[in-house]
Amino acid sequence: MIRNTRLSSDYNVIALEAPDIAAATQPGQFVMVKSGRSGDPLLRRPFSVFEVLRSNTRVDGLTLLSKRIGVTTSMLFDAVEGDTISCLGPLGRPFELVDPPAEAWMVAGGVGLAPFATLGEALLARGTQTTLFYGARSGAELFYLDWFRSRGIRLVLSTEDGSVGDRARITIPLERQLRELGSGPSRASGRPEPVEGRIPDPGSRPESEVMVYACGPEPMLEAVARVAAKFKRPSQVSVERTMGCGMGGCYSCVIPVRDAAGSERTRPTTHHYVRSCIGGPVFRGDEIAWD
Amino acid sequence: MPGTDLSIQIGALTLANPLIAASGCFGYGVEYAEAVDLSTLGGVAVKGLFLKEREGHPPERIVETPSGMLNAIGLQGIGVHRFVREKLPELRRLRATVIVNICGSTLDEYVELARILSDAEGVAALELNISCPNIKEGGITFGCSLHGTFDVVSAVKKVTPLPVIPKLTPNVTDVASLARASEDAGADAVSLVNTFLAMAIDVETRRPILSNIVGGLSGPAIRPIAVRMVYECRRAVKIPVVGMGGIASARDALEFIIAGASAVQVGTANFVDPFIWGKLLDGVTDYMRRHGVERVADLVGTIDTTAREKQWISS
Repeated sequence: MIRNTRLSSDYNVIALEAPDIAAATQPGQFVMVKSGRSGDPLLRRPFSVFEVLRSNTRVDGLTLLSKRIGVTTSMLFDAVEGDTISCLGPLGRPFELVDPPAEAWMVAGGVGLAPFATLGEALLARGTQTTLFYGARSGAELFYLDWFRSRGIRLVLSTEDGSVGDRARITIPLERQLRELGSGPSRASGRPEPVEGRIPDPGSRPESEVMVYACGPEPMLEAVARVAAKFKRPSQVSVERTMGCGMGGCYSCVIPVRDAAGSERTRPTTHHYVRSCIGGPVFRGDEIAWD
Repeated sequence: MPGTDLSIQIGALTLANPLIAASGCFGYGVEYAEAVDLSTLGGVAVKGLFLKEREGHPPERIVETPSGMLNAIGLQGIGVHRFVREKLPELRRLRATVIVNICGSTLDEYVELARILSDAEGVAALELNISCPNIKEGGITFGCSLHGTFDVVSAVKKVTPLPVIPKLTPNVTDVASLARASEDAGADAVSLVNTFLAMAIDVETRRPILSNIVGGLSGPAIRPIAVRMVYECRRAVKIPVVGMGGIASARDALEFIIAGASAVQVGTANFVDPFIWGKLLDGVTDYMRRHGVERVADLVGTIDTTAREKQWISS
């Protein structure tokens, strides 16, 4: 542990000297962290890689964004420089990136900001216009705004107490901007579109592709996936489920995924459980069986 | 200095060393191929297989407890046919010693599974799951009675040339009697313990944390009980005992071996440290060197329970 930066009374950013893991990390991947050496807590906990730290051209390490909730996050909050924190990774299926002219809209709820620093950097490196929709309980819990802004990422903010941005959940401004944009081009919307001679609505950009990325509480992910689907936009969501090992060994972190159309199943259900550690944590918003 | 002999005999099967990845804690083995060379393990006990694909229980499926974890996965799995088609070739390529854990709802299902796997190439042994605490229809109905255990072991033995290792439940009064029933039925070894039936409650919501309400407890929390049960079984039967329950270090593995385990399985600790295998093997080898033991088989059951001479202790 090379640095512990406290952002508030609950949030902190832990910098770890882990050059090999950092260099191999793709946006959306995670590490399994074990704090302390005792049997309590026994298991590792998953954390998205927040930043990849570079000096000149060298990769030095990575950071984790943590919110103090349980035993492991409390230990991370109290960690001091020089502590050894065991870190296993990088693990999981990363985000799929999009290239211009497609745009990227990243939607973060609270500590769900974590994967969007590396994702934003990777998108910008490809020249993809990137927006961060970022919601929290209050303005005091919106972090790293300058970090994103200074890199050229457009910010749309909301807070539950209205202290910054809309007084709303972040899906409200997201839905508004998706509506202003119009429906996506790839799939037909409500009424059939003539192939030729179509007159676009003034102000709307129906031909532009937008990929919606989301990370945050699961109800938010569901709302984002639904609103993206409503406007015919593809989405990718990063889920967090109770995880035992992070490597596909224990089958605890499963999430219900819709069966492919026409697939032959011997079960009564139309979904199957996929391990979010190796099948995810990133899933297409429309492949998860939310209900 | 002569080399240390780590090999272990389980019936007709020779394991390169006594360390086996425990069923249910290692996926189908292939998930861990990047972290560990599977051919260096004594064996890989793959996740319990039914004839058919199984969905498993809804989440929550695990909860952590002091020095342990409770699980109720519900034996989610791809079924034996997909296993033979999709996983076994890869396990063969990785030169893993594959122990297939099988579960059935009926005697016929165990027999059918044993037949299919005996015909498949690359299966070293069968572990009979008659002890999963988390499913109603599974083998636990066999594993809790002496007759049930005897019947399923003898039925499987009739149809397979492979070594047969029933995995015993600790959720009984006398696990040693189940080991004896297994031996009488022709089992080549017994493995124990499966998890201890347990539960955890969220006091704020007054709801059980696991969707299945109850689950199986594993991890260091259960180790002393498991050591005692292995010790009891070792005294009750002549066939090898495969011991497990909370092993997280070479010292823990040695404790089981000294209590009477010919081989040991490691489960929960692999979740915490997938690189644990080399450390365990080094630790066991180092112990053998320090104690002048050439064959690990010579350590099995060497617990010394004779009365100690009293010593004067100056106060």
